[in-house]
Amino acid sequence: MGKNLIELKNLTKRYGDMTAVDSINLTIKENEFVTLLGPSGCGKTTTLRMIGGFEDPDEGQILFEGKLLNPIPAYKRNINTVFQRYALFTHMNVFENIAFGLRIKKIPKNEIERRVKRMLKLVDLEGFEKRNVDSLSGGQQQRVAIARALVNEPKVLLLDEPLGALDLKLRKEMQIELLDMQRSVGITFIYVTHDQEEALTMSDTVVVMNKGLIQQVGTPQDIYNEPLNRFVADFIGESNIIEAIMPEDYKVAFDDVVLDCVDKGFAKNEPVDIVIRPEDIRIVTNPDDGMIKGTVKSVIFKGVHYEMIIESDIREYMVHRTMMFPVGSYVGMNIQPCDIQVMKRGEPL
Amino acid sequence: MSRAIKRIYMGIIFLFLYAPIIVLIVFSFNKSKSRGQWGGFTLSWYAELFKSRQIREALYYTLLVAVLSTLISTVVGTIAALGINNMGKFSRTVILNMNNLPVLNPDIVTGVALMTLFISVKLELGFLTMLIAHIVFSIPYVILAVLPKLRQMNKHIAEAAMDLGATPSYALRKVIIPEISPGIISGALMAFTLSIDDFVISFFTAGTSATNLSILVYSMAKRGVKPTINALSTLMFLTVLILMLIINKKSDKGEEILL
Amino acid sequence: MKKNLRVLSYPYTVWMAIFIVVPLFLILFYSLTKGDIHNISSLEFSLESYKKVLEPLYLKVIRDSFLLALVSTMICLVLGYPVALIIANTDHKYRNLLLMLFLVPMWMNFLLRTYAWMSLLSPNGLINRFLTMIGLPRLEIMPGKVAVLLGMVYNFLPFMVLPIYTVLSKIDKHVLEASSDLGGNRLVTFMKIILPLSIPGVVSGITMVFLPAVSTFVISGLLGGGKTPLIGDLIEQQFLFSRNWHFGSSLSIILMVMILISMAVMSRIDKNNQDEGGKAK
Repeated sequence: MGKNLIELKNLTKRYGDMTAVDSINLTIKENEFVTLLGPSGCGKTTTLRMIGGFEDPDEGQILFEGKLLNPIPAYKRNINTVFQRYALFTHMNVFENIAFGLRIKKIPKNEIERRVKRMLKLVDLEGFEKRNVDSLSGGQQQRVAIARALVNEPKVLLLDEPLGALDLKLRKEMQIELLDMQRSVGITFIYVTHDQEEALTMSDTVVVMNKGLIQQVGTPQDIYNEPLNRFVADFIGESNIIEAIMPEDYKVAFDDVVLDCVDKGFAKNEPVDIVIRPEDIRIVTNPDDGMIKGTVKSVIFKGVHYEMIIESDIREYMVHRTMMFPVGSYVGMNIQPCDIQVMKRGEPL
Repeated sequence: MSRAIKRIYMGIIFLFLYAPIIVLIVFSFNKSKSRGQWGGFTLSWYAELFKSRQIREALYYTLLVAVLSTLISTVVGTIAALGINNMGKFSRTVILNMNNLPVLNPDIVTGVALMTLFISVKLELGFLTMLIAHIVFSIPYVILAVLPKLRQMNKHIAEAAMDLGATPSYALRKVIIPEISPGIISGALMAFTLSIDDFVISFFTAGTSATNLSILVYSMAKRGVKPTINALSTLMFLTVLILMLIINKKSDKGEEILL
Repeated sequence: MKKNLRVLSYPYTVWMAIFIVVPLFLILFYSLTKGDIHNISSLEFSLESYKKVLEPLYLKVIRDSFLLALVSTMICLVLGYPVALIIANTDHKYRNLLLMLFLVPMWMNFLLRTYAWMSLLSPNGLINRFLTMIGLPRLEIMPGKVAVLLGMVYNFLPFMVLPIYTVLSKIDKHVLEASSDLGGNRLVTFMKIILPLSIPGVVSGITMVFLPAVSTFVISGLLGGGKTPLIGDLIEQQFLFSRNWHFGSSLSIILMVMILISMAVMSRIDKNNQDEGGKAK
């Protein structure tokens, strides 16, 4: 991946008493697909809007190719945005919507024609030039919004929950198309979503945010497999989060069990949180062969796997397995050391 | 059975609604000056109408006030609506309540209140005061027509325009105004119709130096029925009818304007 | 951006203060003072003009205005509800045409509409000529209260029909089917479903008729011939002829209060109706 394109330094935004974005630092590289992920109100959209120029930061800097971006108004930034619910100009047809930015730049007519046509081809809307944007389906409006932004050949495209208004099937299709587009035009995408699956599917880098703070930055694999704290573990995918202590290196203890793990460097008996993904718990029919014993309380068929809740004497575990164990069976559970992710104890959820 | 009752009922209602108007129109062609008797066909009342300087002048004032007040109230109302739309909840409520006063207040109160103001500041009643009064009662309707369009508009649309390189003023002219133009147009039509149609407020604010058509009709009618008023009424009715038919044809939302 | 745009409303705010708020305060001010209106220093606080309102002569005018407006509103309701119902139940093809036909007379200036009745009702107008011709007694209603009432109903009937029609036409047809499916006959369906659902329309119809009816002076001036002055006529008189602004202002304030009270009552009825609807669910 290329050189640094955008740098956020101690970026802060407050609304009255509420701090929407709390002194965040982030570096985004050329051609990177970065996703800001988090629950609503976590500051992800505010961050995006500051980069776009629609909100003024209270503190901190935004650097674009090393130059300070703060004082430059939105209309002079070489950054374009795909808005929530698209914000298409309903009094213009598809062609005029896409040509809007080019007309402002006073680009020659035939050049505009050529570039709009190329965009329509890219977003698969050839022949829709004269259509009224109100007559388009949600997915088509979405494409027009993307084309309207991309035709200006920005260095960065900001996307604010662009797929939020679409139904599930269309959303999946558009995810793939968006990814293809990003690869083919080769520009940086900064993508805001609250959908963790979408973030994991599409991104090179995921930035998990909560309460105005960045919780973790990493590849989708990092974020999923090695969450840095309880919030990230809980927000990304389903998991068993257990409060434990580290009696010594490579050991975690909770309830009445002591398990091997691969983490070290904590103080003796330091309280930690551990994460065990449901698919990482194996079930053995003979309870005595398991590290933890429990009774199957419920079974739900999820298509690829069964989701089972297994109750030990002290707590419940969520387990995903392709083989079903009937409700009431008394079984053993095993967890491999490398499947236990140990995190510093965070705030209780 | 019940169908027949419905038809008869609607027939009576329509008779009630149309009979006076039809009589008025028919009698505008009546040679006899008496209002109950048909004395043969004539156009002489119309001829008299066109000869009258008084009526020409009243027509001139009616149209001038209507055009000017429509132009001014549409521009001012649209600009104000843009501002109001971006206000906080509290100040917006206060402003809108003030704005609604002329809509809810009886015309006669608006009329005498404005007259009191004009006389108190020694502004002589006449064309100018009538124009101001018409603008006062028209702007609220323009705002009420434009605001919903602004609310319906995607709130990011101005940002989208600027994102694509439009300066704020370019975004306003090329995106926001066109987006809300249906509201602006129906506000303007409303202002024009209200101005043409107004009698009460004009009556109190126009004084004696500027008489519009409705004031003229009132003073003539108070003195009794005259065939020239029949002719004038017919012409005014037909003009409004034609105007409304054109407007309704041009607008998909005819019902809104009908009201 | 938001803040910049807010500035756009400031000129109009100033305009409203000058031409909407100040005039109303002037009316309030004059209603509470006495003295020469052209000499501000001579004005002093006084409730005299309100006392004058309580004189039997003027109380009767206020009562007349209120009653006439009330009666004409009721007549409009009784006549207009079936009209709204019939139009709303007409085939879609003819519905707009019917509505249009109903509204066309409204496009005529209401002065002219009132004037049209003058030529019909006057002592030797068309109706009386006709009655004499067929040997019936003459109709001596103009000038008089009945003629004023007729003028009000004629002018304001559409204000009643339109809101009711709007509400009726929005009632989901499936609701009516559900009622008959559940065994309700047409009368039950009307009484239990259509009527309650149309109350908001009725309420705004009543307000829209009562408001102009209670404040009119044109209709009473032309059709009442000065025999039954209404509060509007009194106000006109005080401002234009008697030049007693103090009395005229106090009458205006009373008119506004009357209207405010009736609007509050109507919105209370509307609210109660909605609350009950909520409970029934």
